[in-house]
Amino acid sequence: MAQHKKPKVAVWKFASCDGCQLSLLDCEDELLAVAGEIQIANFLEASRAVVNGPYDVSLVEGSITTPHDIVRIQQVRKQSKYLITIGACATAGGIQALRNFKNVKDYITAVYAHPEYIETLALSTPIAANVEVDFELRGCPINKYQLIEVICALLNNRKPNIPKYSVCLECKQNGNVCVMVAQGVSCLGPVTQAGCGALCPAYNRGCFGCFGPKETPNTISLSNRFSDLGMKKDDIIRIYRTYNAFAEPFRKESEAYER
Amino acid sequence: MNKATTSSNRHYILQSGDFQRLLDSIIGNGYRCLGPTVQDQAIVLDDVSSVKDLPVGWSDNQQAAAYRLQKNGSPAFFGYVLGPGSWKKFLYPARERLLTTTRSRSGWKAEASAEPVQKMAFLGIRPCELQALAVLDKVLLEGTYADPVYRARRSQILVIAVNCAEVGGTCFCDSMSTGPKAVSGFDLALTEIITDGKHHFVVESATAKGDEIVKLAHGVSASDQEISKADAVSTAAAKKLSKKLNTIGVKDLLARNLTHPRWKETAGRCLTCSNCTLVCPTCFCITVEDYTDLKGNSAERVRRWDSCFTMDHSYIHGGSIRNTPDSRYRQWLTHKFSSWWEQYGISGCVGCGRCITWCPAAIDVTEEIQAIRDSEKT
Ligand code: SF4
Ligand code: SF4
Ligand code: SF4
Ligand code: SF4
Repeated sequence: MAQHKKPKVAVWKFASCDGCQLSLLDCEDELLAVAGEIQIANFLEASRAVVNGPYDVSLVEGSITTPHDIVRIQQVRKQSKYLITIGACATAGGIQALRNFKNVKDYITAVYAHPEYIETLALSTPIAANVEVDFELRGCPINKYQLIEVICALLNNRKPNIPKYSVCLECKQNGNVCVMVAQGVSCLGPVTQAGCGALCPAYNRGCFGCFGPKETPNTISLSNRFSDLGMKKDDIIRIYRTYNAFAEPFRKESEAYER
Repeated sequence: MNKATTSSNRHYILQSGDFQRLLDSIIGNGYRCLGPTVQDQAIVLDDVSSVKDLPVGWSDNQQAAAYRLQKNGSPAFFGYVLGPGSWKKFLYPARERLLTTTRSRSGWKAEASAEPVQKMAFLGIRPCELQALAVLDKVLLEGTYADPVYRARRSQILVIAVNCAEVGGTCFCDSMSTGPKAVSGFDLALTEIITDGKHHFVVESATAKGDEIVKLAHGVSASDQEISKADAVSTAAAKKLSKKLNTIGVKDLLARNLTHPRWKETAGRCLTCSNCTLVCPTCFCITVEDYTDLKGNSAERVRRWDSCFTMDHSYIHGGSIRNTPDSRYRQWLTHKFSSWWEQYGISGCVGCGRCITWCPAAIDVTEEIQAIRDSEKT
């Protein structure tokens, strides 16, 4: 990216809670510095001012849940040099992908007085299932330092330091005591990608899997361990079915226990 | 810290009531005193300044994938065996900045990062962990390039070992000839003795520094009888060790079984989570990362602990060499027990048992090796 020209960055929202976008605003100390280096072209959480495309970078939050979303994400892709998804919704379908395990029509009839007005897709899907994605930032919500790292790396034409290994590595690097071994608490850390700084184990809780599956996750072995620790079938299904329920390794593992 | 022969070592008696004096004399000599404390339901090595900081009356129950700290009512200061974290974290930190560079008109200016190093005392280091230091010394201090981070810290430590009176369910130090009694690599080695309502320590000193510290704490010369009582504690501890590893020819055993089906079977259980390598007191793998600021006007190079269980560890152009979990499990086990010998002339394993206790999948290195050995018999 040229030194003199500030890259145009747009932030887009699909089906999501806005939490990841707020992580950007939460960068308080760093936000001014970030704002000084990029031109924020579209970021409705922060400003109503909108600059037209094309954009150098698009940060995309949220999953694809309606026919209109599909049209919109294709437009975003066309106008963006780099497309980076931020958060569990955009990279795995989010908590709303729980509906993927059921028939969405049943929900619509149960929830809405006039189901005929609701136009929705059968599945909540990640952005990458719809258009090509250049980089995926995990987390529910994302870690703001990882977001800054990705922006920094992009501005300086280098590879971002975003590891794909397990939460256990961060847990041990930080000197936490393993809750699974020392307390018998079920923890998704061994199959979950690092990035949160092993936040939950630091507070004596098992990892909830917010950052989704790590590289080469062995969910079968971990579930066996959970059974040894006394977890019932239903609990094992539930532990995989949160923010990243539709990420393939977690989805397959929970479905295996449904049979 | 100096290696000394046991025969020339001095022996003292230190009353438990004088233990605070020992801590005071360590700290008074300018050391940051590090030792066992109870945190998050485990023994965690941290700052110790008072006897009250020590895990008085705590013991640990250890087996594969399970560690439980228990209050047992004993007056012992060192009645536990080993916690999850090894002393490695103080000498070879998990994260260390190596270099900072800044852009100026005349180009880039690089500065090696030299964080101030404080003198440290390792109070309560176990015999197997003394051997782990000896192993790390070989790896990090010998050869063409000594590690400056490790060297700066290592050269200044005061080593106060505590011989094991209790042993853990996953310890196999006698199989590796590293314990349960310390023979070298310490300034002081303590044996805790509790009999007939009396509570004292037999203290073996191998260095002048050790003598000075123990005398300041009111240590007095020990009689031969008292010394043999301490030896009896170690002998009794050795008898309690239930886990064994047959080490005969283990280097070649693993080297000739690189295509053994056991690797795949174990990979079915292995989470490739890296915990075993991170708790191991001799694993030294690191990765180096470069960071920049937003403007690209300054950059820093940071190193942090890595593990052969990550895909990036064996990544070269085009992909990871060890891209299957079995190849990664095999790398770990063969490095510790086989190829380490070729590289450094010693075993990479000291028998502390941490990798067994802290493996969430309960994989036991001694069982793995035995299984491969047994398969050759048939
Ligand atoms: S607490 Fe969880 S994340 Fe931490 S080491 Fe144990 S299993 Fe891994
Ligand atoms: S391989 Fe296991 S038993 Fe051996 S030194 Fe390392 S952690 Fe301890
Ligand atoms: S076993 Fe793995 S992590 Fe440990 S030193 Fe060897 S290659 Fe490194
Ligand atoms: S052997 Fe155990 S601790 Fe080591 S990577 Fe495999 S599951 Fe994790």
